[in-house]
Amino acid sequence: MSVIKLTNRIKVMERKPMTFMERLYFPAILKGMSITISHFFTKKATIQYPEQKRPMSDVFRGLHILKRDDKGAERCTACGLCALACPAEAITMTAAERTPENKHLYREEKYAAVYEINMLRCIFCGLCEEACPKEAIFLQNDKMAPASYEREDFIFGKDRLVEPFLNSKS
Amino acid sequence: MSIVVFKIIYISVIFGLSLFIAMYSTYAERKVAAFLQDRIGPNRAGPFGLLQPLADGLKLFFKEEFIPAKSDKMLFLMGPGFFMITALMTSAVIPFGSEITMDGVSYSLQGTDLNVGLLYIFGVVSLGVYGILIGGWASNNKFSLLGAIRAASQNISYELAMGLSIIALVMLSSSLSIKTIVDQQSGWHWNVFYQPLGFIIFLICAFAETNRAPFDLPECETELVGGFHTEFSSMKLGFYLFAEYINMFISSAILATLYFGGYHFPFVSDMDSSWLRTLLEAVVIFGKIFFFIFLFMWIRWTLPRFRFDQLMNLGWKVLIPLAVVNILLTGLFILLK
Repeated sequence: MSVIKLTNRIKVMERKPMTFMERLYFPAILKGMSITISHFFTKKATIQYPEQKRPMSDVFRGLHILKRDDKGAERCTACGLCALACPAEAITMTAAERTPENKHLYREEKYAAVYEINMLRCIFCGLCEEACPKEAIFLQNDKMAPASYEREDFIFGKDRLVEPFLNSKS
Repeated sequence: MSIVVFKIIYISVIFGLSLFIAMYSTYAERKVAAFLQDRIGPNRAGPFGLLQPLADGLKLFFKEEFIPAKSDKMLFLMGPGFFMITALMTSAVIPFGSEITMDGVSYSLQGTDLNVGLLYIFGVVSLGVYGILIGGWASNNKFSLLGAIRAASQNISYELAMGLSIIALVMLSSSLSIKTIVDQQSGWHWNVFYQPLGFIIFLICAFAETNRAPFDLPECETELVGGFHTEFSSMKLGFYLFAEYINMFISSAILATLYFGGYHFPFVSDMDSSWLRTLLEAVVIFGKIFFFIFLFMWIRWTLPRFRFDQLMNLGWKVLIPLAVVNILLTGLFILLK
């Protein structure tokens, strides 16, 4: 019967009976104890979370934000490309026409009256960010979608997505 | 102050101290475990987490007290108490210092100097297994019973080797009184230098008797859910866990007194009898005790658990013959001296 060899890296294990020193166990125990005591004095890996935070990567994809332009008007035109690009179908929106008195609020004639992202569906892939022709939606690298007890809380409307006014003015 | 009043005060102090040390042993265990594993451990309750044992105790008091419907209620309630009592009883014969002088009268810092102190310790320690057996039997749960049986067989097996290792010590000191044994070890004449093999056997058996890793088979979580205390909840569970830490404290104290000179330390033994000396002696013995408690924890977080047949092999086929050899060697040593 021929033995089929998959690789040439066969290593035959030697099964020697234990020597006297090995059967004593004490050298092994002392060695183990010296290893653990050396860890007693090493620097601890713990990060004290609420007080200390680990820096996030620059390309981290966290919570979405709907940007305003330099005049403080919303960039989003409700074209729907982000919703189309979204593989998890987390984005829904309703478009509306801008009235003359709201001219300072929205950059173009069409705007999103309702814009909702379901954070339970969202997989934070960032395809909406790539699909957006108006550079309106971005995934922030310093914020994550917060936890909540209620499912409704995970549907983020414009109130929680649009960039606050003050930041864009400066 | 009459001797009775002094003894009452002394016993209350030792009682409180045992409980206090056991309480902070739980904290130390968690801290040591954490440090050995590159973690920080409990540090939220109070400064450095020092209030953690209080929080744990409080939690146990407020938890639901559950008694299984088909358990033997009387025994079920007795088990933890019995375990606790036997754990606390041993400290009566351990000297925590030579003597203290007040108003010209000197009082011995020992609960009672029994002339069979060693036998008393052995007797009480072997009673301790009843607490486990009663608890395991009364819970009417197969895992509890298995854990209890394991505890019983383990304790019986290791008590033999422990007793044999002590016989060699008794041959050297020709006394069963703990006080006499301690006083023979003044300066550097610690028994561990005359009885190294006996000490190692005794140490291993002490680990087994206190059900500490690597001999913690009676409560081995992976096989037996929780072992003998599976069905216990609330402070009854707390009693079991707590008594185990008291046992650890007592075992450390016995190791320190029998083999490491108790309250003796080279320069302290030469001092004149004074308050300072008494204080230093207390520092010395508690330093030794804390070292052993640390050793218990250090080993627990280093070594994996034994398999049950390995445990029995070690007890019966290795330690008992070794202890007998140790007795013979000691006899030869005494004869030739």
